[in-house]
Amino acid sequence: MTESSQNENIEIFTYSEVIDVKGFVGNFDVTIRKKPRYVDMGKCTGCGLCIEKCPTKVPSEWDLGLGMRKAIYKPFGQAVPNVPVIDKENCRFFTTGKCKVCQKICPAQAIDYEQKEELIKKKFGAIIVATGFTQFDPSVYGEYGGGRFKDVITALHLERMLDASGPTGGHVIRPSDQKEPKNIVFIQCVGSRDESKGYPYCSRICCMYTAKQAILLKDHFPDTQSYIFYIDIRAGGKNYEEFVKRAQREYGAIYIRGRVSKIYEKGDKLIVRGVDTLTGKQIEIEADLVVLATAIIPQPDSKELAKILNIPHDQYGFFTEAHPKLQPVESLTKGIFLTGSCQFPKDIPDSVATTGAASIRACEILSKDELVLDPKIAKIDPEICSGCLNCLEVCPFDAIERNEVNGKIIAQVIPTLCHGCGNCAATCRTKAANVEGFADDQIYAQIASIVEILQKEKLLELSE
Amino acid sequence: MSYPSNSNIHLFRNEILNLCKQDVAKCIQCGKCSAGCPISPEMDIQPNQIIRLIQLNDREGVLRSNTIWLCASCETCSVRCPEKIEIATIMDILRKLSLEANIQAGEKNIVKFDQIFLDSIKKRGRVHELGLVIRYNLTTGQPWKDVHLGPIMFMKGKFSLLGHRIKELERVKEIFRLSRRIKSQE
Amino acid sequence: MEIGYYPGCSLESSAKEFDVSIRACFTKLGVSLKEIPDWNCCGASPAHYLNEELALSLPYRNLIKAEEAKLQKILSPCPACHSHLIHVYNEVIRDPGLNQRLKNIVGKEFKKNSVSKHLLDFIKEDIGMERLKESITLPLKDLKVACYYGCLTRLPDVNIDDIENPMIMDKIIEAIGGEPIDWSYKTECCGASLSITRTEIVLRLVKPILEAAEEKGAECIVVACPLCQSNLETRQGDINKKYKTSFKIPVLYLSQLIGISQGINPAELGLNRLIINPTPLLLEKGIFEK
Ligand code: SF4
Ligand code: SF4
Repeated sequence: MTESSQNENIEIFTYSEVIDVKGFVGNFDVTIRKKPRYVDMGKCTGCGLCIEKCPTKVPSEWDLGLGMRKAIYKPFGQAVPNVPVIDKENCRFFTTGKCKVCQKICPAQAIDYEQKEELIKKKFGAIIVATGFTQFDPSVYGEYGGGRFKDVITALHLERMLDASGPTGGHVIRPSDQKEPKNIVFIQCVGSRDESKGYPYCSRICCMYTAKQAILLKDHFPDTQSYIFYIDIRAGGKNYEEFVKRAQREYGAIYIRGRVSKIYEKGDKLIVRGVDTLTGKQIEIEADLVVLATAIIPQPDSKELAKILNIPHDQYGFFTEAHPKLQPVESLTKGIFLTGSCQFPKDIPDSVATTGAASIRACEILSKDELVLDPKIAKIDPEICSGCLNCLEVCPFDAIERNEVNGKIIAQVIPTLCHGCGNCAATCRTKAANVEGFADDQIYAQIASIVEILQKEKLLELSE
Repeated sequence: MSYPSNSNIHLFRNEILNLCKQDVAKCIQCGKCSAGCPISPEMDIQPNQIIRLIQLNDREGVLRSNTIWLCASCETCSVRCPEKIEIATIMDILRKLSLEANIQAGEKNIVKFDQIFLDSIKKRGRVHELGLVIRYNLTTGQPWKDVHLGPIMFMKGKFSLLGHRIKELERVKEIFRLSRRIKSQE
Repeated sequence: MEIGYYPGCSLESSAKEFDVSIRACFTKLGVSLKEIPDWNCCGASPAHYLNEELALSLPYRNLIKAEEAKLQKILSPCPACHSHLIHVYNEVIRDPGLNQRLKNIVGKEFKKNSVSKHLLDFIKEDIGMERLKESITLPLKDLKVACYYGCLTRLPDVNIDDIENPMIMDKIIEAIGGEPIDWSYKTECCGASLSITRTEIVLRLVKPILEAAEEKGAECIVVACPLCQSNLETRQGDINKKYKTSFKIPVLYLSQLIGISQGINPAELGLNRLIINPTPLLLEKGIFEK
């Protein structure tokens, strides 16, 4: 990240949102809302004194509430740019009008409570969407405690605890009493592969990170024992299967094929009742900590973003690629590309690979002066067009614009946006709109010639 | 066991589907139903295995199990199944099919109890709990079962000696006469 | 307010105290219960697989009887009875053909003017927590209560509260001054009718429920179902014998606890009918005076 922030050809807009996209491939007009961070990026040296002195502490989002952060903060250690932001909701000055400790302490006089939001308009040739995913909220699983049991955590919580620079300094503890857990139960497919919770798909990454966490746990804390309830182990990547086997053989993780039905609180333990479908027996494990592998789901505002970008999404809100096999990083809108888990759950290698592919696709556009387009797109004959503009309504790609030629209103196709779907041609009453190569006359001519051949071969007889 | 290799393999699945709109083909064999079933330790075939056997058309194996009779209809399985399969509903249908097929029930006492229960309604319009328990214990040859609870239940007025008989008993008898078991096509 | 009342067979005998306590505390609340004239048994679960039409037509007759008596709402304290009555009601609305069929069997047509409600819903929606609170004279001063729902929230067609962690009974206990405990066993299965046919299963199932209630400090268990009451209370002796335990935890009906907090005479609430006498506990807690 630091590297890209220092590349002179890359401009990074942090704490900013795309709020509008107009235009088309090679010519996107993008409006970006840059939110006020109340710190002058030009002046700030990143010394961090303000963070140290800020009196307000709130649970850290980055550490999922396992640790605290200040009201002026950097989201995480390696964040780019190395400039803090003030969280207006919690800042003492913004909520009570008194404080200004950060302003007083800042040696660079970079704190600016007056900063306003900025709207930036810029032109871009291509867009790559990489907005990522979010985690399914497991509190809808009443049978797993519904969020009431402190020692039932998600894998992301464990990940934060395993981080040496994380909130617990790399120690794994039970959130309820800070004690070290001995028996740790992992439950796979929480939310995913669960039709009743609305996410029937496989989240793809949980099998592998769970194996990794089981290995790390044993490695760092040799007297822990991991139990992993799974439905299927999906280890389809390079060396993945071997990795899972290592977790089982070298690190002693017990894999149990079956699902957990319920978690009970008993004393300071959690009783996990599941099944081992391979033995056909119910089993109960007395656990100190339960880790849920929660589903990967789209960002909550992904459907709105899809609308802004005019790209399609699936029923969950993942963005849809132009073709699952042949155009996996292209969206249906030319010049907009997809990468990472905003498209569907991806692990790191897949995300890196698709990001490379999407970048190259974007460069392809930018490196040429002219674009080669598919010839099978719509054309509207300006002579015939009555200017009713019905076609404008039905075009799913916003590829038709209203135009005025010599005082006459007509519809006109933007060739770079048109996909040749033919909706306009079907709607046009004056037959001014046609998809090139698929004009009515051409189709009739094709039928006529087929009929002629069939008749000649005596394969078809036409009655009067 | 060998799997039937022709299209008949879906017969039992389709039969269940027709009878109660529950499609066992949706089952992903996660086992959550068996994991939470309170009666699982006593069952000879686990609930998820019952579903599997239906998928594989093992009608007889399923209908002979004690599982379908021991199921307490507590619905734990149904409310937690990730595929929203109502396993408890299927168990109910299986009980019916097992009776119809005249298969020796894995738990014959349970069937007896249920029959005595219905009989009691037919005779009085309501269930007479004491009479029900006594008749059940006598029929199943265990006259002394729960007898230790008898005196205290009596003292506490929990059992009335004579059951209530409703006025329109004839109407109830008529209901019994007219109500049909819905025949399942095989 | 006058509403219909469907006690069901258990409340006529083994759960008589459920019946009398409901009548007593509803009188206190100014609700008069009118029993459905000449009601019959709802068929319980056996009818389901032995004879499906019977399983529908037995409750159907009760709905007709209620309708004829102009009882629009029927209070059905037994969860199983309620589930059957509401199931038939829903099915008849969903499928007019079924209504015709049942009409032919039962001899009269149900016009869909009577609907069953469970005790918990009735208290929450029709009486309201405020009115309930107003009727309280002897709050259950920090009496620790384990609310036990069993399969109640999972029963077909019964939509009571949250399936996995229901709170409605807990809230009622809070309203009458008690202290509901937070525990994981409130919706465990008690074994239901296996009590008679396979008693040992019920003992195995009830033991951990009692254990969990005691571990969390509950002084009594409250239920809203005759079968739960009998399995949790009557079987404690058998459990103690089999597992060498010493359970002696009172299991009361919700209506009994409400009645106590309303200052109703214990005899009118059928407290004397309970096998594990709650009076010492209530004396100790200072809810009853010596
Ligand atoms: S819980 Fe549902 S999906 Fe899972 S094994 Fe049972 S029936 Fe199949
Ligand atoms: S309904 Fe039957 S099969 Fe399902 S969990 Fe309850 S007892 Fe088991």
